[in-house]
Amino acid sequence: MKNASLPFDPYNVIITGVGGQGNVMASRVIGNMLSRKGLSVTIGETFGASQRGGSVMSHLRISAASYWSPQIPKGKCHLVVSLEPTEAMRVLTNYGNPDVTVLCNTRPVHAIGVISGDQQYPSLEDIRSWVEELSRACWFLNATEKALELGNPILGNIMMIGAAAGIGPLPLDKEDFEAVISETIPADKLGLNLKAYDIGVRMVQPTERFKF
Amino acid sequence: MSVISTGQKGERHLLMGNEAIARGALEAGVSVITGYPGTPSSEIIETLARVSKDQNLYVEWSVNEKVAMEVAAAASFAGLRSLCAMKQNGVNVGSDFLLHLALSGTRGGMVLVHCDDPGSLSSANEGESRHFARMLELPQLEAGDFQEAKDMIKWAFELSEEIRTVVMVRSVTRLSHASGNVTFGELARVEKKAFFKHDGFILDPIEGPMASLPAPYKHGQQQEKLKQVIARFEESDYNSYRGPESPELLLITSSACHLYSKEAIGLLGVQDRVGLLKLGTTWPLPPKLMEKYLAITDKILIVEEVIPFLEENVKILAAEFANRIGPKTFFGKREGNIPATNEMNPDLVVTALAQILAIDYAPVPEAYAKRSQELAFFGAPGRDLTFCAGCPHRASFWSIHNTLQMDGREGFVCGDIGCYSMAVLPTGFSTLKTLHSMGSGVGLASGFGKLGQFGMDQPVLATVGDSTFFHAVLPALVNAIHHQSDITIVVLDNSGTAMTGFQPHPGLPVDVAGNQAPAIDVASVCEAMGAVVRISDPFDIEKTQQTLFELFAMKGLKVLILRQMCALSPEKKAQKMFDVSVDETVCIGQNCGCNQLCTRIFKCPGLNWDPDKGVSRIDEVICAGCGVCASICPSGAIQRKEVA
Repeated sequence: MKNASLPFDPYNVIITGVGGQGNVMASRVIGNMLSRKGLSVTIGETFGASQRGGSVMSHLRISAASYWSPQIPKGKCHLVVSLEPTEAMRVLTNYGNPDVTVLCNTRPVHAIGVISGDQQYPSLEDIRSWVEELSRACWFLNATEKALELGNPILGNIMMIGAAAGIGPLPLDKEDFEAVISETIPADKLGLNLKAYDIGVRMVQPTERFKF
Repeated sequence: MSVISTGQKGERHLLMGNEAIARGALEAGVSVITGYPGTPSSEIIETLARVSKDQNLYVEWSVNEKVAMEVAAAASFAGLRSLCAMKQNGVNVGSDFLLHLALSGTRGGMVLVHCDDPGSLSSANEGESRHFARMLELPQLEAGDFQEAKDMIKWAFELSEEIRTVVMVRSVTRLSHASGNVTFGELARVEKKAFFKHDGFILDPIEGPMASLPAPYKHGQQQEKLKQVIARFEESDYNSYRGPESPELLLITSSACHLYSKEAIGLLGVQDRVGLLKLGTTWPLPPKLMEKYLAITDKILIVEEVIPFLEENVKILAAEFANRIGPKTFFGKREGNIPATNEMNPDLVVTALAQILAIDYAPVPEAYAKRSQELAFFGAPGRDLTFCAGCPHRASFWSIHNTLQMDGREGFVCGDIGCYSMAVLPTGFSTLKTLHSMGSGVGLASGFGKLGQFGMDQPVLATVGDSTFFHAVLPALVNAIHHQSDITIVVLDNSGTAMTGFQPHPGLPVDVAGNQAPAIDVASVCEAMGAVVRISDPFDIEKTQQTLFELFAMKGLKVLILRQMCALSPEKKAQKMFDVSVDETVCIGQNCGCNQLCTRIFKCPGLNWDPDKGVSRIDEVICAGCGVCASICPSGAIQRKEVA
């Protein structure tokens, strides 16, 4: 076990999405990858009733030394990984700051207020410009569509993990990903997950930026 | 195999609070573990069930929390260590037994882990279970982080065995469902034979019968035990102080609030002005320790969730010590510095500290805060809770709601706790008109059904889940049948305890450890009691509605079992029954006359409205393939094809 360095201590990550999209899984994978680096990880989750179509968040506090509050203080998030576009906006309102970085999956999940026509879902172009305005750096990734090409939309979350590794500030690497994911998935699915991870890493390379 | 049982001493793993509690129980040598599913407590039992075979544990999902406590107490009486886990309101359910258990005492160590849900993140109440410790005169511990959650369980067992009383350990959602790195201790190896000694002298706590009588004598003994507990608490490392010798303000806290408080002090940079007293032994409070720290300053802030439990107990002690420590100024819930309801977070502690210490604090530049608020109005439309795509409850409440509307006598439905509680909301067509504790829908219906004597002529229904049926409905059902209450009970049988993550219940042929178990059939139970019973598939809307009409026309107690597996159940997940699609040439959208029935009223998340084309469409990522929307579309535009 080696100790890795962090740009901030604690480094604060929020993984957000809609109930059922799989953020608990994503946060556990990232948390375990970083634990393998000798870091102390505190994860706060909301799940249960809020899972039924509501907004869900995982708060990750990554530190060299100690536990932190399982809820990130307002305005103190360093990295937002959003599995759904409008959820990135919701998180920025509470936890954003001018220096925040955002990774956002472009696939919308319509709230029932939108389905019924009582609310409007904003255009992706608008969301992108707002997120750009409220962050230092952001990437919009068509992870769900890419995952559908691989046969399972849930692999989009693995691509988002790969993307989080690809942008750099956290000591996330493929070796740890493979070790962690191997403990939770059947062996015959490992190849597909590694492929999704690599796609995610590639999605944030400079040549791929802002394509969707 | 799980790291919970394979992890060696000294290893460090990222564990959810509930997993840390489970590991602590293994390190303590627990043998029997019981509980009833309830967020945020369920993973304690599930984690231990997964290792039950290789660790020789007996684990059960009991029928309810009272029985869970009784089963765990039996193990204790027979000399084994036992753990009982439940959510906050589970303690209410078990409290009658607990009151008597506090008097009889225990033998093998017995620990009650009760997980509160401040802010009702996954509850229909934000009940505070610490009051039971004071009311029933039992020791109360509260873990302040993940390592403590593990270590404290082991200590709780030792304490319980030494004092011979049940020890309560409280967790909260933000510990139970949060995760942190935990360093493991040694696993215990248990080779104890269970044997209940009962033929000693009636007052002999070790060899006599276990009874709460004679009550005043046993009550006196119980209070003697609490004195021993206090002596242990005075020395406990779970109480700690960090800060200057004479701070300007003393912050007293416990549980997850300790992490919020620590962070808030850091955010404001007031480590040299504020002392932090973190308490792990919160009832009874150790008086010498409290006097020592209450004496170091005149201003005291108490940070806790939810009811001012610590606050009141600290104030009682401060009054007792007043002639030695002088008058104090208290800040907290009663003064309004800390909100009186809902959960805490670091920012709420920052607000209280900033106010008391007269500090200005802004987490982000004002312009950023303002702009992000503005953008959120359009950028983040709110998300109301909804039944999942393919949820049988949506179909069930569709039929119940429509049948009641067509009946026209202003009938109504009494509900209770489960995913189907959401039928008070538009996702269940606002069908539920009462919502209280588990089983209370049937009890209320039993009462409403007797009001015909006073002129009430509305049809009365109650909905219950299959796990709830066994937990708390049976006595209410007996009551309704015996008193000839004229009601219809709908059992929403989705083959599991769905809300909390598919725990098995007595109606299923399997137990928590995956062993075969005799299933108790809800229909046979109801028939044996004398109810008229019908069974339908809620996805068959026509048959379900016909059956409901038929039952409305009958007198007496009727039971309709709507049987369809939960869309998220492991057996069903990701397996579509139908490929569903919208024929855009047939859907005439707003010109249909159906008023967009599928998206405006039925509102399954698997359906979308395409405002550009003016038609409905299916979101293939979300649609679960139940096919119900095809049977509600009046124009036949939603089409379903059976998946081969």
